[in-house]
Amino acid sequence: MHEAGAAQAIVEMLSGLAREKGASRVSSVRVVAGETAAYMEESLAFYLGFFAKGGPVEGARLELEVIKPRMKCKACGLEFERQRFSFSCPACGGDAVATDLGTEFYIDSAEFEFGPDGAAASRVPDSASAATGADGPSAAPAQGASPTPPSQD
Amino acid sequence: MRIEIKRAIYEKNDQLAAAINARLRARGVFTVNILGSPGAGKTSLVRQVAERLHGPLAVIEGDVSSDIDTQALRALGVDAWQIETGGDCHLNAPMIEAILGKMDVKDGSWLLIENIGNLICPAEFVVGEDLKLVVSSAAEGHDKPLKYPAIFGRSAACVLTKLDIAEAIGFDEGAFRKGIETVAPGLPIFPLNGRSGAGAGKIAAWLESARSAVRK
Repeated sequence: MHEAGAAQAIVEMLSGLAREKGASRVSSVRVVAGETAAYMEESLAFYLGFFAKGGPVEGARLELEVIKPRMKCKACGLEFERQRFSFSCPACGGDAVATDLGTEFYIDSAEFEFGPDGAAASRVPDSASAATGADGPSAAPAQGASPTPPSQD
Repeated sequence: MRIEIKRAIYEKNDQLAAAINARLRARGVFTVNILGSPGAGKTSLVRQVAERLHGPLAVIEGDVSSDIDTQALRALGVDAWQIETGGDCHLNAPMIEAILGKMDVKDGSWLLIENIGNLICPAEFVVGEDLKLVVSSAAEGHDKPLKYPAIFGRSAACVLTKLDIAEAIGFDEGAFRKGIETVAPGLPIFPLNGRSGAGAGKIAAWLESARSAVRK
């Protein structure tokens, strides 16, 4: 059920960005969600389709990157990815505690399409490095490198 | 063209919640967001601590349907207000902003917000609170911290209710505490008998000290 509210918020944010940037539509969106935030991809995609109808986000494809919760062993200090149905350390079997990783919920990036004349593209601010290409490929967001999770509190 | 965004999906809610919190704090209001599953004993906790906290107090009751809790609290003389979501499974900052406009929360008040009974969504939405308190009952079983880590991980304390029936239903308090230590290390746990009020004094004292810490 909470996917509905999330989808609505995603559509609102992307519609606003499309307007700001002069994009004609958003063709895909990449969302990062920690596993403990408990979002189901099918449900999120369903509600995204529902709320996007008639706007620039209609038809946008959802790419959901799920971040596995990381645990830290109290006994040996090992940091490890939590396995389903297990909270124990895989190395020593000791008790582990949760870390902040695995609770994220944010929009990483989106694919924007611009009008055929290309005029709209010039309105994309320089902060989007891909728009200028001046910084080269190193400026593109590193795949798999999660930023600090946006705080919920 | 792919454009990096990296923005929290609930940023609008988070921004409004921060504004609500700043406004309330400036008036000396301390706000507690009370979370827990349906029937955990959230309203009993509100009733019991309302008698023990010092200073004016107001309550916002969140339910999908009905104003049963609000009526019960008003009958006890508590300044209670109802949010009936009509289906939404959690409270959010816009709902709190709207009802605060109708209420007359006095300067220096306690504001207790009882969220919708649910262990998932309410953990995701800040509503302007200074802290979250999660209520868990023995009746729900000792596995709840491991099954719903987010709600325990984001709370500042846990109230554990219905321990008087623990033996009859096979509730293992040690396993519950171990689960808490895994998902929320160091989280204080306060046993409460919602009917007799045993344990409520300690919870009220803890809230008073949490409030003093914020004021410093």
